[in-house]
Amino acid sequence: MSEQIEQAIAREYEAGFVSDIESDTFEPGLDEDVIRRISEMKQEPDWMLEWRLQAFRSWQKMAEPDWAKLGYEPIDYQTISYYSAPKSMKDRPKSLAEVDPELIRTYEKLGIPLHEQEMLAGVAVDVVFDSVSVVTTFREKLAESGVIFCPISEAIRKYPELVKKYLGTVVPRTDNFFAALNSAVFTDGSFVYIPKGVRCPMELSTYFRINELNTGQFERTLIIAEEGSHVSYLEGCTAPMRDENQLHAAVVELVALDDSEIKYSTVQNWYPGDENGVGGIFNFVTKRGVAEKNAKISWTQVETGSAITWKYPSCILRGDNSVGEFYSVALTRSRQQADTGTKMIHLGKNTTSTIISKGISAGNSSNTYRGLVKMGPNADGARNFTECDSLLIGDTCAAHTFPYIESANPTAIVEHEATTSTVSDDQLFLCQQRGLDIEKAISMIVNGFCKDVFKELPMEFAVEAGKLLEISLEGSVG
Amino acid sequence: MLSIKNLHASIEGKEILKGLNLNVKPGEVHAIMGPNGAGKSTLGYVLSGREEYEATSGKVEFEQRDLLELEVDERARAGLFLAFQYPVEIPGVSNMEFLKESVSAARKERGQEQLTAAEFLKAARAACEQVNLPVEFLRRGVNEGFSGGEKKRNEIMQMIMLEPTLCILDESDSGLDIDALKVVADGVNSQRDGKRSFIVITHYQRLLDFIQPDFVHILADGKIAKSGGPELAKEVEASGYAWLENHEEANA
Repeated sequence: MSEQIEQAIAREYEAGFVSDIESDTFEPGLDEDVIRRISEMKQEPDWMLEWRLQAFRSWQKMAEPDWAKLGYEPIDYQTISYYSAPKSMKDRPKSLAEVDPELIRTYEKLGIPLHEQEMLAGVAVDVVFDSVSVVTTFREKLAESGVIFCPISEAIRKYPELVKKYLGTVVPRTDNFFAALNSAVFTDGSFVYIPKGVRCPMELSTYFRINELNTGQFERTLIIAEEGSHVSYLEGCTAPMRDENQLHAAVVELVALDDSEIKYSTVQNWYPGDENGVGGIFNFVTKRGVAEKNAKISWTQVETGSAITWKYPSCILRGDNSVGEFYSVALTRSRQQADTGTKMIHLGKNTTSTIISKGISAGNSSNTYRGLVKMGPNADGARNFTECDSLLIGDTCAAHTFPYIESANPTAIVEHEATTSTVSDDQLFLCQQRGLDIEKAISMIVNGFCKDVFKELPMEFAVEAGKLLEISLEGSVG
Repeated sequence: MLSIKNLHASIEGKEILKGLNLNVKPGEVHAIMGPNGAGKSTLGYVLSGREEYEATSGKVEFEQRDLLELEVDERARAGLFLAFQYPVEIPGVSNMEFLKESVSAARKERGQEQLTAAEFLKAARAACEQVNLPVEFLRRGVNEGFSGGEKKRNEIMQMIMLEPTLCILDESDSGLDIDALKVVADGVNSQRDGKRSFIVITHYQRLLDFIQPDFVHILADGKIAKSGGPELAKEVEASGYAWLENHEEANA
């Protein structure tokens, strides 16, 4: 049976093609000069360059973290190119009509139509290709309600006060090795600003694509929700199949002011490498949000890609009554390794958090949940509920759980539940005896396991995530 | 429709079925009785293609096809249904979803048009009612948290929805009280339409009071030791299976 399962979960990576687009790419290597050139390409103000350089100087003194349950060859940061942009982007296209048709085709192949009239109603999209944002849709419509949704490089020029006020306040430049690197060399990403009391009229979405060889992608996203506002943001990512590992080190900062709500959903499908573990994206991501009084931050992630995933979307529940949520599905197969989870830092009174983590391991992969729930001394009446479930497919994979709980407040309540189960032969036999083929059977069982998380995703993404799991588990059973 | 010739089967090298012969015609109900360890459940698993159960020799023809050549799901789509003795739970997958996928696979195989959502729902509700399960069960996970009796009735519900041509009931009576037993039997009887065939595997005669078999076979030591009509079941009821040993000794 396990051989059959192996075959059923072997898959083709559907987003693995390379686009033939002429690019301006920096020579590999990293020094202050490279950072100056990035800043110059982006026509940044001096304060931004200075901010980057300080980050770089801190980074040089920092060591790569090694506490995660991940094994990989050391990364040589001098062999990576830190900037790549499609040539046609030199004079930024003002409308879609000016965008390189090859780029549009790339996104069509990925199933992401960029033409607004063809898009799902109610979703505005920012598209980041290698180091630059190539198009952001529905901007005018959003502007009507005062919502700003644009590439962060543009925000730095156009809204310097906002950027200056919040950039690095949630994830400081020196927060960790990868965040410091990102702060020094980040090239693009999305900027979102929701004014006071505004409910963002549509879902906002960013698609990230790494195309160039030996190029790192370092995007930076900053979302600011003013008092009483509301926004739902989605991100998706893919990359071509290449034999070399590619580095992706992103930083996402969420600022949720009093009574606001930010819902952040990710469907991560970076190239995971082949069945022998050759190639694939190294994904080192720092995502964090600060929730002020009565604010709510909700992270939902579906992680199926990347050779290495190192990612802990977190909430700092600073304001009283603020709420943090983390819903995660992480699927690893072949030689993939994931070390992912969350941190819920309860500082305010009556803060609550919910963590639902579903890890699925198949093949020779390793899937780790690592989470911290911290109750500060002032977090009177704070509550956390954690549910952490692992599903094993086959007998050569591994699942690990590292929950850390620190409580400095006797009135705080922390609950933790965990289960480990397997896709059993009995379940598969029942499904097959009812006429379902083994691929359908596995994907149905896995989808059932993930149900609690999928129901948190926005509708369009829930469908996409379900399909992605199906593709991920799809194989060549004759 | 089903013809089993000299079937030998083993689990992990241990032979369980040792030359079994059985012919089932459309519309017939065959009861397979026998002592524990005779190979009754093995027969159900071998026919449905469970991996650990290896048919080592013999021939099984099902609707003019070589059954042993087919995969588990192919056999199912060809119209073979096994009602499990111990139905397994699939958490998070709703009964509805599960039924929808399996009914859709069956209809596709038969070249029938797919049911609309409304038609499907109507059929599913009717099936629930028939086996006395509240319709809320459609929204619950497959067998998730069901009692033993509910699981058995759920199996019959699936059978009603899938409209198979051959139903194998593997001790569907075990662990049921008399009321639940009647519900299961009624469900089965409602599906007797003169074309659909049944193999009813049971240890006790009790179930056969409610499902009238056309033939009764006694399985012992991997072979059919004796065949007869419904009266054979009564005989077993009266004298147990002890006579089998004598019978075998007499044969030896």
